[in-house]
Amino acid sequence: MSLYDRIFRPRRYTLSDGTVVAEKRSRAPLVILILLALTVVSVRITGFNFTVLVTKGSKFFDILKAMFPPNTAYLGKIWQPLWDTIKMSILGSFIGAVLAIPFAVLAASNIVTNRVVVFLVRLFLSLVRTLPTLVCALIATYIFGLGTMAGTCAIAVFTFAYIGKQLFEIIETVDMGPFESMEALGATRLQAFVTAVFPQVLPTYLSVSLFCLEGNVRYASILGYVGAGGLGLIMNEKIGWREYDSLGMILIVLFVTVIVIETISHALRKRLT
Amino acid sequence: MNEKILKAYASAPKTWVWKLLAAFVVVCVLAWSGSAVKLNNPTGKGLEVAGNILSGIFHPSAKLLLTFGTDGVPYLLLETFCIAFLGTIVGAVISLPLSFLSASNLVPKWIAMIGRLLIAAIRTIPAFVYGLMFIRVTGPGPFAGLLTMSLCSIGMVSKMFIESIEDLDKRILESLDAAGCTTFQKIRYGILPQLTADFTSTIIYRFDMNLRDATVLGLVGAGGIGAPLIFAMSSYRWNEVGAILLGLIILVLIIEWISAKIRTRLARG
Repeated sequence: MSLYDRIFRPRRYTLSDGTVVAEKRSRAPLVILILLALTVVSVRITGFNFTVLVTKGSKFFDILKAMFPPNTAYLGKIWQPLWDTIKMSILGSFIGAVLAIPFAVLAASNIVTNRVVVFLVRLFLSLVRTLPTLVCALIATYIFGLGTMAGTCAIAVFTFAYIGKQLFEIIETVDMGPFESMEALGATRLQAFVTAVFPQVLPTYLSVSLFCLEGNVRYASILGYVGAGGLGLIMNEKIGWREYDSLGMILIVLFVTVIVIETISHALRKRLT
Repeated sequence: MNEKILKAYASAPKTWVWKLLAAFVVVCVLAWSGSAVKLNNPTGKGLEVAGNILSGIFHPSAKLLLTFGTDGVPYLLLETFCIAFLGTIVGAVISLPLSFLSASNLVPKWIAMIGRLLIAAIRTIPAFVYGLMFIRVTGPGPFAGLLTMSLCSIGMVSKMFIESIEDLDKRILESLDAAGCTTFQKIRYGILPQLTADFTSTIIYRFDMNLRDATVLGLVGAGGIGAPLIFAMSSYRWNEVGAILLGLIILVLIIEWISAKIRTRLARG
């Protein structure tokens, strides 16, 4: 019996045949209390202020208004960074997704029986995942210099961590029957994995990778802000020069690109599953 | 017996043409995107920097890590946490009506399309652009960051809300109707129990992400731990970078652990 139940005693009902049933009290009041407390603290610390929002809220639309009508003459200069962004995200997603496979296999507790290995690999995956993408990109620009290489690297690291986690969770939920029967027939664990587990996880793995690619196109556009190439680079430049109409054009192009890529990947993913 | 197996093999659909084609397309796309990789900095200075970063993480500046004033890591982490927390809540509250309006099983198709297009548009604008817009409203500081976070959360949160809403089991509503329930009762006993678990899970997941993404806000001066981190990096103070990263990693790991616990409990019902 937990502490909560000891303070707020479960409600007892006596049924018609004399048995007594206990219904635990709802946890909702406690949860709401905690949420309220956190909200109050957060409001204090962030300086949330409704009057500012109401009186000066219209300024939010200043930049938005300046973006229209977008500067269509700028379109010609957008293509190169756009291709860079797409290339970065495709290559980065591919590298990350491929690198994630061995780690995910090592982190799946139903394939690898050594608990220490599983724990260490999982810890490594979580550590990599905590690293914000932007910090990754910054570090990459120090190592590889400014440009698309750094962006590709950052995306690969992010994809690696994300897919690594998803993939080992998928591997852990597969049907282990075929794996065991392959082993019983004398196959090694690796052979059994490739022939029995791999076909089961392949569609979901590809689908997760495609999903990641969709998100990466969006992410790749931010990375340019720290000098890692792509659309972010010119966005940063246009914001600096206050050429918001060109910024509007870039955003429109990005919007269309993201929708096109999402549609393609959505269609592919539907076929996979 | 063997014959049967061979027969089954022979009758399996032959898809190698498609597989070959898919592989060919993938290789082409990869080759095309491979041209993005250009090494601009072949001097090998990169390894030195990487070493410095690593040694910084292992020798964090204790002074920064243990100061409890407004410029120490604990306070900055608290601020980041608050931005992410309130941002997620505000974002979720805004997403609620938006996602109900864009669920194609509740409203006419064209309204749902407009809603989805709006959500996609909100998602497209990168966080730092929102940050800049909000700084005009509130001035630099955590308030701007909070507003940015909430707007950024809307995209993903409402997308996942819509998916849960579209999975709603309508037969339950029909049976409640048959039992003579009022609209309010239908919402309370028919819709809420189906959605709360999914929604809470989505919100917690997004909170997790927001905590990580909050570093982006620092770029434009919208509060949180991002700004000190980037300043420390650009002036090569790796010990401070190490201290901040260490704090961030610990915070994210703790939150992730808690949120995973809550989410598995929610999933089991």
